[in-house]
Amino acid sequence: MTTHYTPVAKALHWLIALLLFGLLALGFYMQDLPLSPQKLQLYAWHKWAGVTVFLLVLVRLAWRVTHRPPPLPEHMPRVMQLAAHAGHVLLYALMIAIPLSGWLMSSAKGFQTVWFGVLPIPDLLDKNRELGDLLQTVHLSLNLFFVVVLIGHIGAALKHHFIDRDDVLTRMLPARNLEP
Amino acid sequence: MKPTLKPMILALTLAAALPWSSHAAEYRQVQADQSAITFAYQQMGVTMDGKFNRFTAQLSFDPERPEAANATVDVDLASIDTGSAESDQEVAGKVWFNIPAFPTARFETRSVKALGDHRYEAAGQLTIKGKTQDVVVPATFTAQGKAGVFEGRFTLRRGDFAIGEGPWAKFDVVANDVQIQFRITANAGE
Repeated sequence: MTTHYTPVAKALHWLIALLLFGLLALGFYMQDLPLSPQKLQLYAWHKWAGVTVFLLVLVRLAWRVTHRPPPLPEHMPRVMQLAAHAGHVLLYALMIAIPLSGWLMSSAKGFQTVWFGVLPIPDLLDKNRELGDLLQTVHLSLNLFFVVVLIGHIGAALKHHFIDRDDVLTRMLPARNLEP
Repeated sequence: MKPTLKPMILALTLAAALPWSSHAAEYRQVQADQSAITFAYQQMGVTMDGKFNRFTAQLSFDPERPEAANATVDVDLASIDTGSAESDQEVAGKVWFNIPAFPTARFETRSVKALGDHRYEAAGQLTIKGKTQDVVVPATFTAQGKAGVFEGRFTLRRGDFAIGEGPWAKFDVVANDVQIQFRITANAGE
């Protein structure tokens, strides 16, 4: 029986996790900066990283659909299993919705996203100040919600490891002791 | 012979009363609502654009005598629309336009040259933020009924006018080149 995630699923999980922490920290930091060349640079980097994560999440979703993850431990009550699934669905939904809201916000504010300064991403909306401000609020709110769900996700993983003492956390870690 | 004289005199009188449209059409009355001045520049490799909502123009242009044409355009810099309130506020400050000290940008023609095929070249002086530079502005002229439309674009270097000093003086984030595009509609006056 497979008890570990596939190496690809693990790599995508940790790569996206790393980028998301960077993006969240950068996002909250840069929004309060006074306008400066550095601020514009940070915004550009944030957007480039955001597009990158969005694409990685699409790859990850495709992988998830075609590769069944190991089942949840049998000791988990049915309700908790459902809650775990719901939490994961929510994480995926937010990982799609947040970059989309950022992309729409950039379009409405008239700041087109050019991926790494090379590949222009089409603007989905026409320039519109009110809509831009509204989408900024949406982007921020979704991120605050995402932080809450992330705390739940990390808390649950730690609870599985330290209290339930099952393999829910370790099966997402690099497989050092895995038998050949 | 007598009966033909009367209509001839009438025809001559009428002809004299008619404006000599093709020769005497001089475009002077600028139609603000059908005119626009916009700008575009590169920021981190991304094309950004904006516009000036208020400007005045005095011009006089006779397609038959383009070399006698002249124009003065005053742009109210405080009417800038960069697309975000934060930027509008930023560019009003000392390191950008310093609008309290230099509220208008002015373009004044010195000479106008016809290039043929409705294309013209206006050489003149552009003054922004107390700095004056010679510029050559290419423009096309199209007559649309009693209105004439002047359209053109040219590139200025913001560094030449100290637009964006201090932390903005380098051109790595906000490029030096700024494309100015204009469309000025003027009605023919007598």
